[in-house]
Amino acid sequence: MSMAHTAPLAMSGAPPRRAGSVRTGDRLWRLFLLAAGCGVFLLTALILIVLARLALPVLHQPGTWAFLTSSDWDPVAESFGALPFVWGTLVTSAVAVVLAFPVGLGVALFITEVAPTWLRRPVTFAIELLSAVPSVVYGLWGLFIVVPWLRETVEPALGAALGFLPLFSGPPLGLGYLAAGLVLAVMVLPTLASVSIEVMRTVPAGLRESAYALGATQWEVVRLAVLPHSRSGLVGALVLGTGRALGETMAVAMLIGNAPSVGTSLFAPGYSLASVIANEFAEAGSDAHVGALAALGLVLFLVTIAFNAAARLLIGRRQP
Amino acid sequence: MKAALSRRVRSAAAFLLTALCVVIALVPLLSLAWLVVSRGWAGFSWALLTEVPGPPGGAPGGVGNALAGTGVVVFWAALLGLPLGIGAGVFLAESDHDDRLASAVRFTADVLAGVPSIVAGIVAYGLIVAPMKRFSALAGAVALAVLMLPALARTTEELVRRVPGALREGGLALGIPQWKTSLRIVLPAAAAGIATAVLLSIARIAGETGPLLFTSLNNAHWSLAPDQPIGTLTVQLYNDAISPYPAMQQRAWATALLLLVVVGLLNMAARVVAGRRAEGAHG
Amino acid sequence: MDETVRMAVRGLSAFHRGTAVLHNVTLDVRDRSVLAVIGPSGCGKSTFLRCLNRMHELAPGASVTGEILLDGRDIHGPGVDPVALRRRVGMVFQRPNPFPTMSIFENVAAGLRLNRMAGDLDAVVERALRAAALWDEVKDRLRGSPGSLSGGQQQRLCIARALAVEPEVLLMDEPASALDPIASARVEDLVHELKARYTVVIVTHNMQQAARVSDSTAFFYLGRLVEHSPTAELFTNPREERTEEYVTGRFG
Repeated sequence: MSMAHTAPLAMSGAPPRRAGSVRTGDRLWRLFLLAAGCGVFLLTALILIVLARLALPVLHQPGTWAFLTSSDWDPVAESFGALPFVWGTLVTSAVAVVLAFPVGLGVALFITEVAPTWLRRPVTFAIELLSAVPSVVYGLWGLFIVVPWLRETVEPALGAALGFLPLFSGPPLGLGYLAAGLVLAVMVLPTLASVSIEVMRTVPAGLRESAYALGATQWEVVRLAVLPHSRSGLVGALVLGTGRALGETMAVAMLIGNAPSVGTSLFAPGYSLASVIANEFAEAGSDAHVGALAALGLVLFLVTIAFNAAARLLIGRRQP
Repeated sequence: MKAALSRRVRSAAAFLLTALCVVIALVPLLSLAWLVVSRGWAGFSWALLTEVPGPPGGAPGGVGNALAGTGVVVFWAALLGLPLGIGAGVFLAESDHDDRLASAVRFTADVLAGVPSIVAGIVAYGLIVAPMKRFSALAGAVALAVLMLPALARTTEELVRRVPGALREGGLALGIPQWKTSLRIVLPAAAAGIATAVLLSIARIAGETGPLLFTSLNNAHWSLAPDQPIGTLTVQLYNDAISPYPAMQQRAWATALLLLVVVGLLNMAARVVAGRRAEGAHG
Repeated sequence: MDETVRMAVRGLSAFHRGTAVLHNVTLDVRDRSVLAVIGPSGCGKSTFLRCLNRMHELAPGASVTGEILLDGRDIHGPGVDPVALRRRVGMVFQRPNPFPTMSIFENVAAGLRLNRMAGDLDAVVERALRAAALWDEVKDRLRGSPGSLSGGQQQRLCIARALAVEPEVLLMDEPASALDPIASARVEDLVHELKARYTVVIVTHNMQQAARVSDSTAFFYLGRLVEHSPTAELFTNPREERTEEYVTGRFG
């Protein structure tokens, strides 16, 4: 060992300049991080400002309430009513969630409670694949597979069996609320399943074991321990899935039929908030038309924000 | 023991039902995969990758310009979105647990992550298209950057938080300034995870359509310019899918296959990076 | 042994979110000596150590009062950069914490490189590794990952990393507690050797270790310094009753 006690290499000789530059670096770094963090706020503000600035003239003209409740949409005559789109968005989302929630719950139970360990990963992977498929590809598949199937098989059968209900009356067109809702169901399924899985994983092992210790069967353990403990989280999954469905654009635009009317039958064609924006924004000729579409966007934004915030509160913060 | 038996039967029946749910969930996946692969493969050719789309009713041509266009839009989106998203994530990770500002940023990011993509399109329209009076690749990129930012920030935060505090202390105890400790010691330790998150978010935005319809619009010709309208795989696919011409519908299936391959490759790359990280942890 | 005082602690109190965790500590650390700090867990010995290089103040809600003089200058004085201070007062932690993304060589060089200090890196790394008694074991795999080293080797790597920036004082926070007995003995031997050139403050919960490696020992209890005496004296003939109770194992 030949380490003489040399004078400390840098310190005693270090000019104060270095200390100064160190602090500047730290200050700049913190400033950058703060800017990036506040960028998230800025982004939210920006979204609101841009939407509001575009939409305000229109919301002033007929008034917000009139805008939301009128069902007349005629861009050429500059008459703008949002009701058909709000209606279509709600109906398709409701169909999607009603269809997907039980299935998503079943998938989550299968993965967490039923499947042997070796099967869990491949099933989880397959469900994740569903969420990786771009929305426009779902639209294509829906257009050429689901719509003909509905038109020729499902809707005639439903009409014959339940046609006395307004919900299932009318000609089987294929394109319409049901088609959009069904494909939406496939698209929100992975969200519902993965959030449910996450929620069920938080059930304490002790709770499960004490139910087993009482002599419960596996299903009774699920019913008595797993489901009650997960209830608010599962409602959160439901709300989150609904939020997803509300904002989904392309598949709905390709399948809902694009008719700005308020249909009471699931077989009828309709329109949704997101899909009318997608279809008309690029060709909107007048400021009023752009403004009306932006106002629809504002409605969509506020509704999805509300749903997401509610879902976050219900699912709870499990991050460290 | 009759009661016990019926209870066990009920248990088995309930679990059979959950298995049925999995089957129901897999049917659409298999149907979609089979159709995209079989119909898409039938329309696949070199021309698809190298030519521009032919006119409606004419020869199909290809979607080479749209493939390049997707690359251009995603590139600019990543350039805008990655530094801000990762920066916001590091900001969140380095803040104290009871920091009110950070909690507010975190909640906003969580909520923002669920904003419909079409709304991001309107924002990009208002910020870029309206003032420039022109649809452009850049406007599309801004929309996609808005979409990738919140989720990336949250994932980055979690990954950076998982880096042991001992590493940061080790750096600071050597007299290394905080910013260099963060950039050169803490972030590299989380780098593989962040790379995975970045690849996944790029895969996600590469499949976006809605916000591009009225920002980057479409372009039937070759263009890489950020200030011009640009064709993308998804918009091209949408236009072809809803057209009445069988040749264009055929092209839509082939484009769908191409799109799935692109998205699939990005996802696979993410998995490879993530796998390598897991291996590194053992070494 | 040199009688010069290297670090002088005067009336040091440390707080965490308003709660005092260290009360009015005064003691001297002599140059090129080993000071062992002992006491039951929660007695403030780690906090004391972290005050000496101003790592304590990095925790949210942490603050200190009192003075700590390094070579007669207050380390909290205006114009003293904590970052620069930490290059003069190095630190080794309880668990080895090599930087996983850097090679063995880069770990040792990290302090120099990231501080843009001048010097022949190869020579500095070799000297530091030799001083940490690790050179012979790693000289053929300097480009390898520190993950391939044993726990004891990793800890010596961390010591080499701290030595490479040529600190004047080396703080060690229970450096051997996560190691097996053999690796632990090697670290102890190393502390003995380091004394020739550095001033060492070592926190330990192991009284035999304190007795073996240190020149003087400070006993902390409930955030207060109970006794600071030459090690032989403190263990055989303590002045305070509580010290005696602790070193004879009657509590703690």
